[in-house]
Amino acid sequence: MTWNGWAEIALVLALIAATAWPLGVYIARVLAGERTPLSAVLGPAERGFYRLAGIDAARGMGWKDYAFALLVLNALHFLLLYAMLRLQYYLPFNPQGIAGMSPRLAFNTAISFVTNTNWQAYSGESAVSYGSQMFGLTVHNFLSAATGIAAAAAVSRAFAGGGLKHLGNFYADLTRITLYLLLPGAIVAGIVLIALGVPQTLSASVDAVTLEGAKQTITFGPMAFQEAIKEFGTNGGGFLNANSAHPFENPSAWSNILEIWLLASVSFSLPLMFGRIVGDMRQGWALFAVMAVFAVGFVAMCYAADAGGNPLLTAAGVDPSLGNMEGKELRFGAAMSALFAVMTTGTSCGAVNSMHDSFMPLAGMIPMFQIQLGEITPGGVGSGLYGMLVFAVIAVFVAGLMVGRTPEYLGKKIQAKEVKLAMLAVLILAFCILGGTASSAVNPDALTQLTNAGPHGLSELLYAFSSATGNNGSAFAGLSADTTWFDTMLGIAMLLGRFGYVVPVLALAGSLAAKPKLPPSAGTFPTHGPLFVGLMVGVIVILGGLQFMPALSLGPIAEHFALLAGHTF
Amino acid sequence: MNAAATRADALSLFDSGIISRASRDALVKLNPAKLIRNPVIFTTEIVSALVTVLAVRNLLTGQPAGFAIAIAIWLWLTVLFATFAEAVAEGRGRARAEALRRARTDTMAKLLLRPDDRALFKPTPAPELRVGDIVLVEAGDLVPSDGEVIEGVASVNESAITGESAPVIRESGGDRSAVTGGTTVVSDWLVVKITAAAGSTFIDRMIRLVEGAERRKTPNEIALDILLAGMTIIFLFAVVALEGMAAYSGTVLSVPVEVALFVCLIPTTIGGLLSAIGIAGMDRLVRFNVMATSGRAVEAAGDCDILLLDKTGTITHGNRMASAFTPVPGVDEQELADAVVLASLGDETPEGRSILAYARARYDIGAERPEGATVVPFSANTRLSGLDHQGRSWRKGAVDAVVKSAGAAPPPAFAAAVDRIARSGGTPLAVAADGRLMGVVELKDIVKSGIRERFAELRKMGIRTVMVTGDNRVTAAAIATEAGVDDFIAEATPQDKLNYIRKVQAEGRLVAMCGDGTNDAPALAQADVGVAMQTGTQAAREAGNMVDLDSDPTKLIEIVEIGKQLLITRGSLTTFSIANDVSKYFAILPAIFVASYPELQALNVMRLTSPQSAIMSAVIFNALIIVALVPLALRGVRFRPVGAAALLRRNLLVYGLGGLVAPFIGIKIIDMLLTATGLV
Repeated sequence: MTWNGWAEIALVLALIAATAWPLGVYIARVLAGERTPLSAVLGPAERGFYRLAGIDAARGMGWKDYAFALLVLNALHFLLLYAMLRLQYYLPFNPQGIAGMSPRLAFNTAISFVTNTNWQAYSGESAVSYGSQMFGLTVHNFLSAATGIAAAAAVSRAFAGGGLKHLGNFYADLTRITLYLLLPGAIVAGIVLIALGVPQTLSASVDAVTLEGAKQTITFGPMAFQEAIKEFGTNGGGFLNANSAHPFENPSAWSNILEIWLLASVSFSLPLMFGRIVGDMRQGWALFAVMAVFAVGFVAMCYAADAGGNPLLTAAGVDPSLGNMEGKELRFGAAMSALFAVMTTGTSCGAVNSMHDSFMPLAGMIPMFQIQLGEITPGGVGSGLYGMLVFAVIAVFVAGLMVGRTPEYLGKKIQAKEVKLAMLAVLILAFCILGGTASSAVNPDALTQLTNAGPHGLSELLYAFSSATGNNGSAFAGLSADTTWFDTMLGIAMLLGRFGYVVPVLALAGSLAAKPKLPPSAGTFPTHGPLFVGLMVGVIVILGGLQFMPALSLGPIAEHFALLAGHTF
Repeated sequence: MNAAATRADALSLFDSGIISRASRDALVKLNPAKLIRNPVIFTTEIVSALVTVLAVRNLLTGQPAGFAIAIAIWLWLTVLFATFAEAVAEGRGRARAEALRRARTDTMAKLLLRPDDRALFKPTPAPELRVGDIVLVEAGDLVPSDGEVIEGVASVNESAITGESAPVIRESGGDRSAVTGGTTVVSDWLVVKITAAAGSTFIDRMIRLVEGAERRKTPNEIALDILLAGMTIIFLFAVVALEGMAAYSGTVLSVPVEVALFVCLIPTTIGGLLSAIGIAGMDRLVRFNVMATSGRAVEAAGDCDILLLDKTGTITHGNRMASAFTPVPGVDEQELADAVVLASLGDETPEGRSILAYARARYDIGAERPEGATVVPFSANTRLSGLDHQGRSWRKGAVDAVVKSAGAAPPPAFAAAVDRIARSGGTPLAVAADGRLMGVVELKDIVKSGIRERFAELRKMGIRTVMVTGDNRVTAAAIATEAGVDDFIAEATPQDKLNYIRKVQAEGRLVAMCGDGTNDAPALAQADVGVAMQTGTQAAREAGNMVDLDSDPTKLIEIVEIGKQLLITRGSLTTFSIANDVSKYFAILPAIFVASYPELQALNVMRLTSPQSAIMSAVIFNALIIVALVPLALRGVRFRPVGAAALLRRNLLVYGLGGLVAPFIGIKIIDMLLTATGLV
């Protein structure tokens, strides 16, 4: 650990925190259809889209309509993407002549991008054509991100008033987020990234002769803009297999800082969007604080666990002053790798600038645990906020009784129906992660895909199912995931982790929206301030995380203690 | 507190009779068909049975079975302790039910064949009476069933229900026309129209209520049950998935060990105590001589944020009392006080007595009649009282009467004082000595002492108090200010009350009120918590969802506190139960994986002796904590009238942090005991 390292981490976190409030308020204004500086330019385009599609943006949707629109749109896009990936050989923009994907891989990839997971069971440079990247995957980088934010907005609106029938208009939300937030953000960030050295070209790869005389194929492509939205929409699917560790995707310390900001800024701003929608910024700051406590704590733990270097290598004479550098890029170092890892798994981004597989066991456990908590620290764009609200509902219900009233959150009574839906959402995550890992651990075919034995092998499995269910998409590496078993099981995990989660959450929002909003009084459970933040942290760890303790003890924790005792696997 | 309540209070928390009965009931409650109402404990029972079967199989096949048997025994104890907790809670209510059952009448009723002819009746067993039958009840008779007096006036001893032995008057018409089955007419006679069928009388309902026979889960209990069931399923996933992961890691988990981990993780503590907490909450009301028709009403009481309180009897004593003497310029206060006392010696009304009491307390003047003085007694005609002695005269009474008797024009200061008192809602009385106006006595509706502090406490809890009075706005405003209520309804009609309740309910608030008259019935029914007075009419008693047997409107405040206490107890024990989980991971996980990864011993932070002792200690702690918390569940977490934030901070510290730490200590102690006794 170095002061320099901590200072770098603090600087980037401060940057993210500084933009949270203005960005959150901006998003709230955009979603409310208020005028913003971009309205003059984009307003006509927005109205044009509505006219073309025959949408009345002012028409409110109940939770069922909203969920139905969300599901149907995503289902259609899934089919479209699936077809594109299968048929890409015959489609334009394929200068390298890349073949179509196998059915199981296309299934897995299409689900992966529709669900904002961007789990990549393939290698980007060799399995996806430029056309598929630009018109398939990149489109979903916008669409899936906008879907998440739209759902979060719908859930937020449930708390805005009493006896509400509508949660907003899904199509309007989707259009506004894409037009006013994601597109401009990606364009500006893409241009900056080009300036920082990220390629943006349609020319095919270049063959070079190395100093040793070997032939090397250097892949180019339209990377910069995809890189921008990859992070800004917490997608994480890299153009290249090495993702943001590759010098083309993430060439320098500056681009690294920008990318970390891009992937965390929107998720951290959404609690403040929530605060503005419900008309009480303190509520937004409380949720922001919960996210920040976890994020800062996890970064500190991850960096501390990794920066000491590997004791076995130190014993063998390797200088530990740089920390554990296995699987890391020298231009980023241990601190910025730890920060990137925690931010990319805390959000559901899943881009990586280092190999989590090569982290020290406890440092590698942190990203995994963050995903298992349900991707709420701060979580994917949108999904992080609504996941956090699920825990707010549970926390208020558990502890709210202690003030002697039926628990209420923001004036909405939490009763049997709400508890049922919130628990259903939590159950789906536990079921997919633990069930998927356990069934793979006893499946001999699945086990042949592991590169490591022992607890590290189990960590690879656990990470894969956590990542898929949490719609993160990062991988612990070491697992060759393009098999029928993993493509299918992880595909199902991604599907349930996204839509199996969002439907109960929208139902919860519908139920809460219809309730009267009770005015606060001195007898009301206070849901802002340090006490509530502490309560939320406790409830999230105990109810959201402890069920993974047995699995984690057999994976990274066992590996950690074994390593200290000199055993490796 | 009256006799019955004291009797019930005398029942200690763990009366030996209750305990032995509860121990038997706890076994009966193991019936899975009944236990399924409680998902957590039902699951525990199923896995206990599973471990038992495996233990017996091992025993029969000659495999080592000691550990499995020990686990099975403690799992069964866990289930038993949970059913025992419920049985104890029910047992306390049952004692009250026995007393009530004795009052239930199988008496012969005098069924009148013609309502207007009291001479012609047919003796009919009370249980055969039907709604609408007309019966005659004479002195010494038990009232055969609930009914409405349609003719006659009688004094009735209602001690069987209320515990209050002073007889009350029951008469036809008006607000005192309801009679309750099981009470005794002590003088005169009544003609009563039966309003309740056999088996559904007030006493029957009370018996069922205190016995918990009609106990249905309240909305909050249902929600909590769902949370607990959800947690049970999550931990089921975790433990079942662990089997697969353990197999991968080369650990073979035995079923008893898996079950032990599972039972320790699921919220058995709150699952086991949940229904006991609910029953005990109802029981607290019963011992407070309040009958709630459902647990839902008790919960609603905790949620109320507006209390509608009748001024008279709740906020004020209800009669006017002296509160100040105001002299006119040129007369000093002591002089006026002397004159007032002399003039009031002839006033035997409560107001007159209050003046003497006030003078004694404030000015230390005794009420001795001077030797040979002539008293002019107060009369409704003259509206003044006075004293004549040795040629001097003192008069006190209604302002116009005294001014007229004095004969002089009142000085401006006098008129101003009279005006001020009248405007502030008080009653001015004039005092004159020897035809000269000395000053004014102020009579006021005196606010009960301590009530202002009470309201301040309620305000801290976020509860608004609203005073309801028939007084005019000026008077009402004055008393409202003095008592510190948040709002008032002056010149209130029953319709005003109803409208007010509807208005604040539309704002999302919950309202509690009490009432007794028939015209209170709509408001009682509309309020979220309607407490009817036992002395009230049948209509009022049916409209409310609680009946106060002591007919004391002040109790509304305590009812709200009891409701809050119930919810707080539930929340605190839930938090405690969930926080307990952390320690159990540290006890059990290293124990079960130590064979595959000896290094995981590092997680054994409690330094438990052996894997077996660690697992046993966790299971034993998990079972014993239920019993240990039964007294708290029955007594309830102490309620403090402070704001929600302070309450949360305190309870979170005690039950959240306490729940995190306590099991570490408890499990360690049990482990040490097990090791010391060589049991493991």
